[in-house]
Amino acid sequence: MSELIAKTNIGQQAAGMVDTEHGRVRKELYSDPEIFEEEMDLVFNNNWIYIGHESEVPEAGSFKTAFVGRHPVIMSRDRKMNIHVLQNRCRHRGATVCEGRKGKTKAFTCPYHGWGYGLDGSLRALPKPEEYDGVFDKKDMPLESLRWESYQGMVFATFNKDIQPLEDFLGGAKKWIDLFMKQGGGYPLKVLGEHRFNFPGNWKIQLENTTDAYHFPIVHKSFVTSLDDATADIFDFLDGEGFVEDLGNGHSVMVMIPQLIDLEADLDQPIPERFNELAQALRDEGKTEDEVKKLVRAAHGTGFNLNLFPNVSCSMAFFRVLRPVSVDETEIQHVALGGEGAPAAFNQKRMRLHEHFQGPMGFGTPDDGEAWERVQKGSMAGTDGWILVNRGMTRLRTSEDGNPQGAVCSETGMRGAYYQYKKAMSTPSAVKSEEK
Amino acid sequence: MKSNTQLLAQVTEFIGYEADLLDHKGYQEWLTLWEEKGLYIVPTDLHETDYLGTLNLALDDAAMRRMRVARLENGESVSADSVGYTVRMMSRVRVLEATPELVTVRCAMTLNELRHGKLVTYPGNVEYQLVPAEDGFTIQQKVVKLLHAEGFLRTVSFIF
Repeated sequence: MSELIAKTNIGQQAAGMVDTEHGRVRKELYSDPEIFEEEMDLVFNNNWIYIGHESEVPEAGSFKTAFVGRHPVIMSRDRKMNIHVLQNRCRHRGATVCEGRKGKTKAFTCPYHGWGYGLDGSLRALPKPEEYDGVFDKKDMPLESLRWESYQGMVFATFNKDIQPLEDFLGGAKKWIDLFMKQGGGYPLKVLGEHRFNFPGNWKIQLENTTDAYHFPIVHKSFVTSLDDATADIFDFLDGEGFVEDLGNGHSVMVMIPQLIDLEADLDQPIPERFNELAQALRDEGKTEDEVKKLVRAAHGTGFNLNLFPNVSCSMAFFRVLRPVSVDETEIQHVALGGEGAPAAFNQKRMRLHEHFQGPMGFGTPDDGEAWERVQKGSMAGTDGWILVNRGMTRLRTSEDGNPQGAVCSETGMRGAYYQYKKAMSTPSAVKSEEK
Repeated sequence: MKSNTQLLAQVTEFIGYEADLLDHKGYQEWLTLWEEKGLYIVPTDLHETDYLGTLNLALDDAAMRRMRVARLENGESVSADSVGYTVRMMSRVRVLEATPELVTVRCAMTLNELRHGKLVTYPGNVEYQLVPAEDGFTIQQKVVKLLHAEGFLRTVSFIF
């Protein structure tokens, strides 16, 4: 009983470390292993967690592996083209039944004793079944499934069967997801590949970063230097008309380049010089000038980062997915996007732009990684200390959608995420009894 | 197995020379080793050969190589400034194919980086397409196939 009380207290204690009045959080939120354990339940078991895009399982038999918090899961597509999200654990003795990032298969077979599961998770066959006569029925032993829902092809899963519908949770973010999806250039958005890297720091450091424009000209100076002058001007956005808006439920949008909010607007703009080669390749393929302009504008990606609590961001031109590994280690995927059936030149340009900034060898990510590593190290200094997320908190206005909105370099989005974190950490677990 | 020991010695010397330049940050000289149309590639998918049609960790043409070097040298990158030296071993050099115009070579690489006091190791296979020149070779293509390319890497602020 005393242990139960202590565990409840950890969530409450962590919630108490978010000081909403002053816009600051205790530095222990980055480094306390007990708080991390509680986050895995209260944040990651109990909420909608992004696991992948429907285009990653394009055909019957396609699968990809992913994680919900620390739980390995499989996203599969069965012969009737239905998607399933399954725990990657054999019901017999617990081995994973699926390895590798993605692929195609007819079944998931446990390597240990050969139990075979269908793409929908049902237990189809096992060697020497007669020894289970009267013990259990095969139909009662499928791979355990998770509740999942999707919006615009983005698939989220959860262990919390009583959670609100995904669309209600996304709420004000849906409008921005719709805008984000326009970068297929008239073609359905498709995952083209992904970069994977890790950093020795807490997952919330990454959560904050996607809504942090303040760091851009400092940390990414070397990236901006590598751009042509016209493009470098676009990335000089701190004094521009951009903003950060708290969309509720921990979600926020940071608009850095307002002229790239709607990629289907302003199509009569001249084609920037750096896209001349792409434009010519599209013309050579027989695309009309209108199509060329639409594709070139889509190739830019959007001018905003949409941060969805707690683990995914629609970040300008790609999905950023984070996975907490331990209190001081986080894995990150930078998922490159293009158009399904779009011209090869368009998708290739999108991948080259992704390679330029993103991933462990891009011109941007290594400098982010360095800053985050230093945050984790520095946060260990002192026995008492705060992380400040109060920038711009007295200069808020109300957006046209009725949300709090601050300057592009304000920390409005971080505060929104931490308010949601505080709420999650002070809400009793709906899945704890099943999980522990 | 027929072996051309002179060619093997020449390519081994060249690969060692390139590795030494990279470990000692002789990046400007490294840029001169390349054919203008050469490609420096670090794939994410070890089975893929259509590098242009897939996402790579790096796919650098001449312009991107120059920008990558500028980023490492101009003092603006906080991660590049915090990298100490790397030490790489290139070995198991094998000539896969040789014509007077092009030599295809595969070798093993183990690169060690000291990063914030911790040793990080990158094993991989490296495949070169080398164009014989008067005093050695120029690089037409270098593909670095990291053993954990499909897994989660640490961020990289040096050149493989």
